[in-house]
Amino acid sequence: MPGTFIDIVIDSTAGADPELARKLTEVCPVDIFRAGEHGLELVAEHLDECVLCQLCINAAPAGAVRIVKLYSGETLPA
Amino acid sequence: MRFFEYESRAVVARAGIPVTRHGFAKTADEARRVAEEIGGPVVVKSQVLSGGRMKAGGVQFADSPEEAARHTERILDLEIGGHMPRGVLVDSRAAVAREYYAGVVWDGTRKRPVLLFSDMGGIDIEQVAADHPDHVARMHFSTRVPFQDWQAKQLVASLGVTGTALNRLTPIVARLARLFLEYDMTLAEINPLGELEDGSFVALDAHMDMENEARSRQRALLHELGVGDEETRQAREATPFELAGEQVDAQDHRGVAGNVTEFDGDLGLVIGAGGGSLTLFDAVRAHGGRPANYCEIGGNPSVLKACGLAKLVLTKPGVDKIAVMMSIVSNTRVDIVARGVVKACLELGFDPAEKIAIFRIPGAWEEEGFKILERYGVQYADRSVSLNEAARRAVARVQGGVA
Repeated sequence: MPGTFIDIVIDSTAGADPELARKLTEVCPVDIFRAGEHGLELVAEHLDECVLCQLCINAAPAGAVRIVKLYSGETLPA
Repeated sequence: MRFFEYESRAVVARAGIPVTRHGFAKTADEARRVAEEIGGPVVVKSQVLSGGRMKAGGVQFADSPEEAARHTERILDLEIGGHMPRGVLVDSRAAVAREYYAGVVWDGTRKRPVLLFSDMGGIDIEQVAADHPDHVARMHFSTRVPFQDWQAKQLVASLGVTGTALNRLTPIVARLARLFLEYDMTLAEINPLGELEDGSFVALDAHMDMENEARSRQRALLHELGVGDEETRQAREATPFELAGEQVDAQDHRGVAGNVTEFDGDLGLVIGAGGGSLTLFDAVRAHGGRPANYCEIGGNPSVLKACGLAKLVLTKPGVDKIAVMMSIVSNTRVDIVARGVVKACLELGFDPAEKIAIFRIPGAWEEEGFKILERYGVQYADRSVSLNEAARRAVARVQGGVA
């Protein structure tokens, strides 16, 4: 479920990678990611805290993580 | 934070300033024992964090321990300025030949402490300054360079005090100035500073206020005085609204969104930034607005905290709209605050465009913040609009005029 302002879209293959889940959990400064039993999980209540730092995008394979600004329709990476 | 008189006396004594024999009592029996130990006539003084004790009957004179106990019983039941006393101070009645005043107060304009001395003690120093300005000497001093005795001597001598009195007053006034610095006081006052018939000097009453932010640094002193962490020591008890504001701010470590003070107006304020809160509060009032609250945001609070504060203000009875205003911010992200206040409106079922009278926070990530505000139709202003003008527009909107 997206936040009010921010949604994060994860590629389904990348989402199942436990190593990527660990990395994203480590890099996100506002704890949006969580390594769950079935791979990467998003913490819905933290989505709107996203500071658009793009550390998650940089830590993941190209195109695996996208940040959607719901208030403007823009997507990161552009 | 304020200290009770008996605590202020302890601080003064700790600094090496002579005080009269005294003791703190919580019951009539304790007061009787203290009076017996002192011997002779005593004064029984209510220990409340409020002025006007004498007028309210909270200061009584007793010639015997029994009389002191009787006065204590009455004083302990006496509410003064909305406060019940914590106990009484039983103080020996000194044979005073003359009363002086010595005090240090923080001068927010000069950003330095100012030391005040007067040869007319025992009454409000403000009154003396107004009626007899030639009887008040003052000097600012540095917080960085150790305070020297000669500075105190110069000040006291400027009122014509000479000889033994000057020599005896000098260390007392100097110690008071050092005490002010050492204990992070915002006010340290001895009034009256009594000259006894034998020519010695003694602090007859003392009033101390410490910078609230210094509590952790002054833990040892507070522990010695028995001041608990839970004691706010404010002039009045916090209202439920203000306590809720503390809870909002305590939600996480990110930034500040709290320090709320309740007022009874219709314009809720979500304001802050480097003195901006006070400036904006005053500006709202100057334009005829009625603030519902004061608060402080800054240091990049989380969306959660900005949202929590905005919700608190929006749901305060009587609040029509909120004004979200700060001076130009570099350490708080505009988009994060915008998300917080818009989210508060949405979650409460309000239209942000209707409920937010104005959003005027220019600074870091403002382009992103303005996109959010445009998306929800919120009126916003950039740095080309002054704080004063933003306040005017907010007041105009809440009063139904054209912003």
